Amino acid sequence: MKRSIVSALGAACLLALLGHVALAQTATPDPTAAANSYVNAPANWQMWFPVAGSPMQAQIDWLMKYVLWIMAGVVGFVALLLAYVLTRFRASRNPKPSQVTHNTLIEVVWIVVPVLLLAVIIVPSIKLIYYEADDSNPYMTVTVTGHQWYWEYSYNSVPGLDYTSYMVPDDQLKPGEFRRLSVDHPMVLPVGEKIKFVITSGDVLHGFYLPSLGVQKYAIPGTTLTSWTTITKPGTYYGQCNQICGLNHDAMPIEIKAVPLADYIAWTKTALATYTDNAPPQSSPMPRNQLADATR
Amino acid sequence: MSSTTHDHAHEGHEHHKPSFVSRWLMSTNHKDIGTLYIVAAFFGAMVGGVLSMIMRLQLMYPHNHLVTNGNEWNAIITAHGLIMIFWFVMPALIGGLGNWFIPMMIGAPDMAFPRLNNMSFWFLVAGFVFVMLGLFLGSGTGAGWTLYPPLDNAQYSPGIATDFSLFSIHLVGISSLLGAINFIATILNMRAPGLTMHKMPLFCWSILVTAFLLVLAIPVLAGAVTMLIMDRNFGTSFFEPAGGGDPVLFQHLFWFFGHPEVYIMILPAFGIISHVVSTFSRKPIFGYLGMVYAMVIIGFVGFVVWAHHMFVSAISTDSKIYFEVATLVIAVPTGIKVFSWIATMWGGSIEFKTPMLWAVGFIFLFVIGGATGVVLANASLDQELHNDYFLIAHFHYVLSMGAAFAIFAGFYFWIGKMSGHQYPEFWGKVHFWTFFIGVNLTFFPMHFLGLAGMPRRYPDYADAFAGWNYVSSVGAIISGLSTLVFFYVLYSVFTSKEKLADNYWGEGATTLEWAVPSPAPHHTFEDVPVIR
Repeated sequence: MKRSIVSALGAACLLALLGHVALAQTATPDPTAAANSYVNAPANWQMWFPVAGSPMQAQIDWLMKYVLWIMAGVVGFVALLLAYVLTRFRASRNPKPSQVTHNTLIEVVWIVVPVLLLAVIIVPSIKLIYYEADDSNPYMTVTVTGHQWYWEYSYNSVPGLDYTSYMVPDDQLKPGEFRRLSVDHPMVLPVGEKIKFVITSGDVLHGFYLPSLGVQKYAIPGTTLTSWTTITKPGTYYGQCNQICGLNHDAMPIEIKAVPLADYIAWTKTALATYTDNAPPQSSPMPRNQLADATR
Repeated sequence: MSSTTHDHAHEGHEHHKPSFVSRWLMSTNHKDIGTLYIVAAFFGAMVGGVLSMIMRLQLMYPHNHLVTNGNEWNAIITAHGLIMIFWFVMPALIGGLGNWFIPMMIGAPDMAFPRLNNMSFWFLVAGFVFVMLGLFLGSGTGAGWTLYPPLDNAQYSPGIATDFSLFSIHLVGISSLLGAINFIATILNMRAPGLTMHKMPLFCWSILVTAFLLVLAIPVLAGAVTMLIMDRNFGTSFFEPAGGGDPVLFQHLFWFFGHPEVYIMILPAFGIISHVVSTFSRKPIFGYLGMVYAMVIIGFVGFVVWAHHMFVSAISTDSKIYFEVATLVIAVPTGIKVFSWIATMWGGSIEFKTPMLWAVGFIFLFVIGGATGVVLANASLDQELHNDYFLIAHFHYVLSMGAAFAIFAGFYFWIGKMSGHQYPEFWGKVHFWTFFIGVNLTFFPMHFLGLAGMPRRYPDYADAFAGWNYVSSVGAIISGLSTLVFFYVLYSVFTSKEKLADNYWGEGATTLEWAVPSPAPHHTFEDVPVIR
């Protein structure tokens, strides 16, 4: 009797708990919703890098401006020199050519000055190389595997969380999605944490390229390369495959949803439930005739 | 017997008219072989150019369907790259203008090995047939001109097309190698009395350095291509991770050839520009020895910078730093070249004939391409810029504007000497200005596309890249129309009745080819020229 009451109570509790969980699931919005507030996608007539989404890209942006200004100075100087020479020494203004063919001072100057300019470029550039290479002490690691023609993301700290990400085909785009950039299952990452990417390939070479985060590495079969990023603010970031990989090279973009850490943890739980059956590789959403062509 | 042959030869060489077959199919004359090379380069440029027009028309709008699928696209870009490099720029500069003018400039009767010369031309033709088969057979060769495995191994590129493309590289490689050996033997051994190495014209120096680069670089490519063919057909696994091989090894071998190849294409251009600038400024070259050794240094350092093409591939941090610094060093001798050209013009008496326009255009645009080259040499920036359209803009500024402008400069400069007829000055200038506008409109917006993050080798792109792609395609159409002007120039040259003087450029043109009649006779020198 007592036992049955206890079990009934237990069952009721369990039911209540389950109901609560179910309720919570319907009530809690998509954990990646925070990423929809800000979209970092390329814009038409864009003339410069994407807005930096990570400290690494911010540094690349700074160094690019620094080097480009120096080189713009060089190009401008040569252009002015050319313009002057071509107007001042045209045959009509200077009918008798000089025969000077040597000037040791000027020849030394145009060796020394470029060397100094290069030194000024090399120092910050090497500092940035070391910064880019420093993937130590990450908060988490994602193994990225390139496949013909989709990406596979495996979260090393969440056992079992391994899923594939395909481009949304042009005819299945929903409002707000970008043609050739949006994917079915984006990579979800926490904001403000150092994330290490371990990049490899399951077949041919691919390029894991995230311009707004300053990340790019080849995906090479039989080898793993690493890179890292820390995403500054919640949002959606895009990238594309950047090493020729066959028929659908242009159809395997990368989409990243960056969300606050709590949302990310919440997402890993739902993702585990949603994606565990989603074992790679899936069938490709590419039209059959193109696939047939690829394997011919 | 010997005396009759001698007599016959003696009166014969001005009047002797070889049949068409023996003159053009079995030629041993450096001028005729040079002409064949130029004709081949012309066809190469047309085919490569048509492919680039198809590419630009496909990319004119996003979601375009001129090219029906990715395989077709990949075959087109692969053939465009291979053909423009191996069947346009190289035969035009080295086999064409080099063959024509190296023996003349050094006062030699012909190349050292005339039959080898003929053979290297026909290997080029055979290679062209193979590369076209690689384009058209099956779904084509679609690994890009860099031919990186595993994409072009037997699993991912089944079918005979890729084998044909790989064999075409072998054939064109043998052709270049034989040509290079010939140039080295000719230049080192057959200079006229008194023409010491340090008096030799800069075009000869540029071809000499280029020939050494070819001899050292082509065998490495041949080895890499052979390993690919073995992997594809004989079950080896040089580049197969599953068999203990490494795809990265191919990248090293390819670029050990590929980077010197860049200088193979641009050094002869440097040589031509020096001649044109000096002639039309009516001044000798400023800093001749600096110019010579700048080329030698570029050639040498060009061999030890290859992995800057691999900054986002498997490469250690320390290697990145070394390859970045070594690459930047090349900017110094290149700077010497540019400043010496400007110093040559300084104080000169400059005439803006068509060749000079192309030369000045070359200097300006090459400096822009060089500046973006310094940007790309930074391994830290390459993490963002590698393989995107900024890179495409950069190497087209140095090749499509650098090398191609120098080829046109050389063509307008020497066409009178080669054909005996002058080009129409007005139409030459129209050709220059339309081409100048066209290529700048094509390639400058690509810098913006690259900065915005557009990857290369995409037949379809995100809609946000539409604007600049449209501008670029309009530029390509203008360049294409400009080529029609060039056809008209060619037509005028070959229908002209005008007779030209030996030295039609006047006092500025001082090298030996200007001492012989225009067109240069079948047998160049009656007497051995002596250089004082």
